[in-house]
Amino acid sequence: MSAERSDGSQLAFFIDYSRCIGCQACVQACEECDTHRGVSMIHLETIRRPDSVQTAPQVCMHCENPICAQVCPADAIKKTPDGVVQSSLKPRCIGCSNCVLACPFGVPKYDAHIDQMMKCDMCYDRTSTGRRPMCATVCPSQALAFTTREEIERTRQGTAVNVWRFGAEVVRTKVYVMMPAQGPAIHIDTIRKGGPAVAGPGREDVASLLDGL
Amino acid sequence: MSRVTEGRNPAVVSGSHVAHALFWGLLASALVIAGIVVGSRGFRDFDPALVSYAGATVFSAFGLGYRYAMWLRRPPTRLYWRRGWEIFLAPRRLPRHLFELGRLFVDSVVAQRFIEHRSRTRWIAHWFIAWGCLLAAAVTFPLSFGWVRFESAADSQAVYRAFVFGVHVFTFPLDSWLAPLVFNVLDIAAVMVLTGLFFAFYRRGRDRGALAVQQFASDMLPLALLFAVSITGLFLTASTHLLRGLQYGFLSQLHAVTVIFTLLYLPFGKFFHIFQRPAQMGVAFYRRAGAEGEQAACIRCGEPFGSRLHVDDLKRVETALGIRYELAGGGHYQDVCPGCRRRTLALAQDTAWRDAGGHNAETRRDG
Repeated sequence: MSAERSDGSQLAFFIDYSRCIGCQACVQACEECDTHRGVSMIHLETIRRPDSVQTAPQVCMHCENPICAQVCPADAIKKTPDGVVQSSLKPRCIGCSNCVLACPFGVPKYDAHIDQMMKCDMCYDRTSTGRRPMCATVCPSQALAFTTREEIERTRQGTAVNVWRFGAEVVRTKVYVMMPAQGPAIHIDTIRKGGPAVAGPGREDVASLLDGL
Repeated sequence: MSRVTEGRNPAVVSGSHVAHALFWGLLASALVIAGIVVGSRGFRDFDPALVSYAGATVFSAFGLGYRYAMWLRRPPTRLYWRRGWEIFLAPRRLPRHLFELGRLFVDSVVAQRFIEHRSRTRWIAHWFIAWGCLLAAAVTFPLSFGWVRFESAADSQAVYRAFVFGVHVFTFPLDSWLAPLVFNVLDIAAVMVLTGLFFAFYRRGRDRGALAVQQFASDMLPLALLFAVSITGLFLTASTHLLRGLQYGFLSQLHAVTVIFTLLYLPFGKFFHIFQRPAQMGVAFYRRAGAEGEQAACIRCGEPFGSRLHVDDLKRVETALGIRYELAGGGHYQDVCPGCRRRTLALAQDTAWRDAGGHNAETRRDG
C-alpha cells in the first residue's frame, strides 16, 4: 500500500541534512517502531562543519534496485510493492554482513546478538497505513519530512533529488534529499583520506558535485 | 565521465541456469528413487499404501534440487558457498572447525538460541514446530520409502519386530513401555507441532510488528499447512482409539492430501529455509577466518571496518553483479566504511549548497 493523503497526493520522505539540530528525537522515536521495537535503526552522524549544523540523520534510502539485496547470499532482503526495502527476512538471514558493507548509504546494521541484519523500514507498520514514520513525526526542524513533493517544493529552497552516483554506479532511491537546483543527481566520486571518524574533514576532502547525467 | 551502470535485473534467469538447475533437480529425484529401490530391497519392504507419500517426496526432491541449484547460481551465494567450504576444509584448521561445528550445531540447530534472543515466544514456537517436524520426518520418510518396517514375531502376536533396510534391529513386546512410544511417535510429533503453532499464531495475532509485515502466502500458509497435517494425523488416532474407526478411510485420505500438499510446497515457500539456513554455520567460520587475517581500513578515516577477506570478496561479488563502485578520483567506494559513507552524504549536500551560494537557513525560505 502506498502512503497518500486524502486528496490523493502521494507522500514521500525527504531529508535535509542541513536542518538537523542534533536533538536525537528521531533516534528515540525510531525505537517506537513496532517492527523493531526497542532498537533504533536511524543513524545520527556527527560532522565537523565550520559554520553549519554538525549532525546528520541517515535513514534507509530505499533504493529502486537495492544493492544490499543484490549482494545478499541468502536472498533475504525484499522490497514491498510500494518500494520499501524491508529488514532481512528472519528465516533466511545468515548474518554475513554483506549488506552492511555494500550499502552505498551505510544504512544496514548487523546485530550479533540475534544474528540478523536490521534496518530502517520507513516505519512500515505506520506508512503502510498512511501514517508518517516516527522520525519524521517528531523531527522539530523537519530535517526529516514525510510530505508531498508539492508541499516540499512550495516551502523549501532547492529541489528534491533521488538519483545518486557512487563512482560509476547509479542509484535511484525512494527517499529524496534536498539539494540546489542545478542538476538531477548527486555525484560522489572522490574520497580522500581525512581526519578522525567522528569529525569529518572539510569540504576540500569530499568532491561532491551536482552532475547532470 | 566515468561509465554509468544501471538497469540491471538480477531476476533475469538464463537458459543455462535453468538447464543446470534441472540437472540437479532430476539428480536429486533420481537419488531418492534409487534410495527407495535399494533401501526397500527392490520394493520387497515397500508399502504400496504409502506410494503417494513416496511419489510426493520424489517431486519435492526435484523442487529442492532445482531451487538449491538456482540459489547457488547467484554470484554472492556461489562465492560464499565456495569460500565457506574452502575455509572449513583447510587442513590446518579442520580439527578445530569440526569441534566448532559440533558446538554450533548444538547452539544453533538443537537449542536454536539465536531465535530466543529475538523473541522468547518466537523461540518457543519455532523450537516446538522444528523438532516436531523433524521427529515426524525421521519416522515417515523411512516408513514411506520402505526403509523401516514392523512385523509381528512368527511365534507370538504380542511381540513386534523392527527392521531397518531389511535388517532386524530390535524386538519389543506390545505391553512394554517402548510400544506406546513407537506406535504414537507421530502423535507426539503432532502435539509438539500444534504446541508450537499455538505460540506462533498467538505471536502473529498480537505482535504489531509481525502484523505489519506478514503475508498470507509466506507466513500464514506454512502454519496452516502444518496445522492441517498435524490435526488430521491426530484425527486418525482419535478415530482408531476413541471412535471405533469412524470415517477412518476418509480421514486417512484427508491426511494424505495435507501431507502431499505440504511436500509439494516444501521447495517453494518458507520451508526452503530448512535447507538454506545451515549456511549460517559457514558464515561463522568465514567470519572467524576474516578476523584472524588482515583488516580493511577505511580510505577516509583510516579505521578498520571489516576483514580484508570480506571486503575483497565483496568487490568480486559486486564486479560479477555489475556494481561499479570504482571512483574516478581513484580508489574504490567499497573501501569506505559505512560511517564515512553516511558522513559523506551530508557533506556532499553541504558542498553543493555552498557551491550554489545558497547554504544555511538564513538564506533559505523555510516552511
